[in-house]
Amino acid sequence: MGPYKDSKARDPRIAAATRSGVAVGIAVSLYGVSFGALAVAAGLDVWQVCALSALMFTGGSQFALIGVLAAGSVPAPATTAWSAITAATLLGTRNALYAIRTGPIVGPGWLKRLLAAHWTIDETAAVSTAQPTPEARRAGFWVTGAVIYVGWNLTTLIGALLGDLLGDVRAWGLDAAAAAAFLGLLWPRLKGLQPVAVAICAAVVAAVVVPWTPPGIPVLAAAGVAIVFGLTNVFGHRKGRASA
Amino acid sequence: MNTWLMILIACAAAYALKLSGFFVPASVLERPRIARTADLMTVGLLAALVATQAFTTGAQLVVDARLPALVLAGALLALRVPFIIVVIAAAAAAAGLRALGWLG
Repeated sequence: MGPYKDSKARDPRIAAATRSGVAVGIAVSLYGVSFGALAVAAGLDVWQVCALSALMFTGGSQFALIGVLAAGSVPAPATTAWSAITAATLLGTRNALYAIRTGPIVGPGWLKRLLAAHWTIDETAAVSTAQPTPEARRAGFWVTGAVIYVGWNLTTLIGALLGDLLGDVRAWGLDAAAAAAFLGLLWPRLKGLQPVAVAICAAVVAAVVVPWTPPGIPVLAAAGVAIVFGLTNVFGHRKGRASA
Repeated sequence: MNTWLMILIACAAAYALKLSGFFVPASVLERPRIARTADLMTVGLLAALVATQAFTTGAQLVVDARLPALVLAGALLALRVPFIIVVIAAAAAAAGLRALGWLG
């Protein structure tokens, strides 16, 4: 922790930020094993799987990309490939909103900001913005980012090698594991009537269009449904009316 | 499409989005419609991925061992069991049912 040697190292708020960064980082890194194994099961080779974790480095988008691919075959036909790219990109838009908050936390310096952008994800945004002082926010951001970046890439490699060993996807239940992984990512977001309504509608729309469209399109159709909900605020909070 | 090309395009798009946030004024976050739509889009995409992963094989809707595995995953998540254990339990449930020759 270069900048935090000397007296600042004893600042309890920085120490607390560092501790939560490490804890969150280690916990989240474990998901990398499931990503690695599922990505190989979806048809990618070990190098491609590792490239995704190193270069995309945003779990939801990575799972989305391999989720769309798994519905078809690799190399994917153009429609499916572009659907996979679009699904991953749409899931990555929330990182742009996080970056609005993490930008000022990181401060100036181009190289530093280019790296900070890459590490702006759910967890770094959550840990850093939760800290009480600018120094603690900065420590929280960099510690969480570094621990997850190292851990996520390592566990991705382990998962990919395991996935390669396992072979038959269905016999090991890896297709069910993929569904459970998406449910696990979705679960913490189901707070209130509106997200639950969106989740149900999106799932139904996706399932209904599956037989009529190429792989990938059902997921994008569901995203369209969610956008309509967001713009119109159907089932949203209104004054004097609590949502369930 | 070439798989590497697809990966690199998707990675470039993900990075561009992250970087773009550094150039957007913080006042954007005060517009509830933008934050809400981004949140709900995440929910919609993940829910659609649950549905397609759990109930489709190719272009067909199917019910097989993935359904009980998904129900188990939901129950474990409701009990606040950690993500990685939920995923492993779902895989084990589906693998176990198939090994017994149930539900395929």
